[in-house]
Amino acid sequence: MTAATAEPRRDAIISVRDLQVRFQTSDRRATVKAVDGVNFDVRRGETFGIIGESGSGKTTIGRALVFLLNPSAGAILHDGIDPLALPRREFQSHRRDYQIIFQDPNAALNPRMTILASVLEPLELARVGSRTERERQAREALERVGLPQEFGERYPHQLSGGQKQRVVIARALTLKPKLIVCDEVVAALDMSIRGDVLNLFADLQRDLGLTYVFITHDLAVVAHISERVAVMYLGQFVELGPTEEVAERPLHPYTIALLSAEPRPLPSSMRQESRIVLQGEVPSPIDPPSGCRFRTRCPHAQPLCTERVPEWRELKPDHWVACHFADRPNFSNN
Amino acid sequence: MGEGQPALRKSEVAREGARPLLSVRGLGIRFKTTQGIWQATRRIDFDIAPGERVGIVGESGCGKTITGLSILRLLPGNFAGLDGRILFDGVDLASCSARQMRAIRGKRIAMIFQEPMSALDPVFTVGHQIAETLRVHSNVGEEEARARTLEMLRRVGIASPERRIDDYPHQLSGGMRQRVMIAASLICGPQLLIADEPTTALDVTVQAQILELLRDISETSKTALMLITHDLGVVAETCTRMITMYAGEVIEDATVDEALVRPLHPYTSGLLRSLPHLSPRHGRLPSIPGRVPSIAEMPAGCRFRARCAHATKGCEAEQKLQDAGGGRKVRCWRFAELNLPGALHPPDTSASARVARQ
Repeated sequence: MTAATAEPRRDAIISVRDLQVRFQTSDRRATVKAVDGVNFDVRRGETFGIIGESGSGKTTIGRALVFLLNPSAGAILHDGIDPLALPRREFQSHRRDYQIIFQDPNAALNPRMTILASVLEPLELARVGSRTERERQAREALERVGLPQEFGERYPHQLSGGQKQRVVIARALTLKPKLIVCDEVVAALDMSIRGDVLNLFADLQRDLGLTYVFITHDLAVVAHISERVAVMYLGQFVELGPTEEVAERPLHPYTIALLSAEPRPLPSSMRQESRIVLQGEVPSPIDPPSGCRFRTRCPHAQPLCTERVPEWRELKPDHWVACHFADRPNFSNN
Repeated sequence: MGEGQPALRKSEVAREGARPLLSVRGLGIRFKTTQGIWQATRRIDFDIAPGERVGIVGESGCGKTITGLSILRLLPGNFAGLDGRILFDGVDLASCSARQMRAIRGKRIAMIFQEPMSALDPVFTVGHQIAETLRVHSNVGEEEARARTLEMLRRVGIASPERRIDDYPHQLSGGMRQRVMIAASLICGPQLLIADEPTTALDVTVQAQILELLRDISETSKTALMLITHDLGVVAETCTRMITMYAGEVIEDATVDEALVRPLHPYTSGLLRSLPHLSPRHGRLPSIPGRVPSIAEMPAGCRFRARCAHATKGCEAEQKLQDAGGGRKVRCWRFAELNLPGALHPPDTSASARVARQ
């Protein structure tokens, strides 16, 4: 990385510097570099999207951002401070400000607890106010996500998938977080429900001044909701920039291929004739390719790509890319 | 495994011409539950022509998967009954014996599923599993079966198939497993391939490869494709016709281009409009209010009317799948007076759409 991003921006709610997360394989013979040297800031009030395919490390980053996983190397700063340096008790209360929501609301809700009890739980753990005060806040959170009063007495199996995801959102809101990491939060929902839940996220952001990190494999979702988007491949960012720039003037060959591969519900007259179909699949993060990690699938790979790791550089204002040849004219054939 | 009945053997080659390959009429499926008999689907009518690629789209629970399974008569244990006819090349599969069905499954109609790992047996090599289909249905020796398996693996895009043929499923990636499943389904040269969410478990770049393969194979070998999916983009990229299902019924049947540009059913229109687009647009997504009625409390008349912005008096009457002209069908009595927006509403003015249009 270059000096330009070394200092966290003043409006950074999260600053990630040289983040690495490694896991041992179950036989302890090899190390999986799930996240391998990532740098970015999440700005206060924005929605920061991270897209990538399975195994790219996007979920690992999400978990590390809220310290469900500790970095193997590098730093994650919340509002300029390192939460890991806080005393245990302060760390616990600090954590309330940074919440995470997962894909499957069924796994997130206890089937034997009522909806109200599930939403109350974080308030009880945090010992907020009196019992009546906690209940008032929980009911308020349910109302905020658009669920009627009587839902509090119901059990998860009596709710639809979209309603359950609303409950999970309500629960994350009870502790009044500053930031929510949303990991594939609409992936399990049906199409007609997805729009509703995305609208809810937008409303909550506007009303409560929330910041989101939106992790998904779905390009259309990320393009719809995010101001800026990062593209991940094999544990690293390959591109980062304003969503419109990345979606319409992508710089990295992987981003270009991803956009081209996305099936679009458009009539035949409006579809691109020549799509780029990448060969092969993502290599193993245990033994990633030398130099540029994308080179084994890149249609433009050169000898240099094997020899040298491409620099993470700001090719256009606010638009970062890791590719030796991203500035060549006619490189991105769009 | 013996040969099928004479009536089934008649045409090994897909016949071009007026008669559809598959003609489903009034298909309904019932299930036993603890709360009585549930009608999962009803009045399903559609045709698939030889070599045609048709997408069956709808949300979870609409009955698209069970419709696919019922064509092969692969029905779960709580199956309670089937109405209607499933005419495949002139033979009614709904009244075939178990023995007749075995001669059709895998040979003339094949099916692939979302999760290739659960469809493949982990203790046999992939070559063995592909060749098994061939050996069950035709009298070929081991050597020939292996040669044809290798050829098929090559056709589905597996690099150096002679190295892969003796691999076990766990040694292959998700995309390669789905290629193996496609190879196994095509080895007997079926006239119809039913693919139920074949790319849903795959990454987008691998999905593009598999969809291209399905399209290519259907074109070169004239295999008809019935693609069951919730993803309208996948249908648009792969199929020429799109059948939309809602709450156990077919509600619209049109070419993909017609359905995307000018849908006739309010549900199809609502679905298309609720999709986020690749071009950034931070406004609100139009969404369909409410949820699909449960099978136990299905309303009479139009099943979509409680969620429909266009519902009026008259919608409580039974809705027929009616002819809308030009081969289109729709289950909405108001279709002619509604001018419903499709995928392009509001008009897409983003740069990528402009480029694509040129």
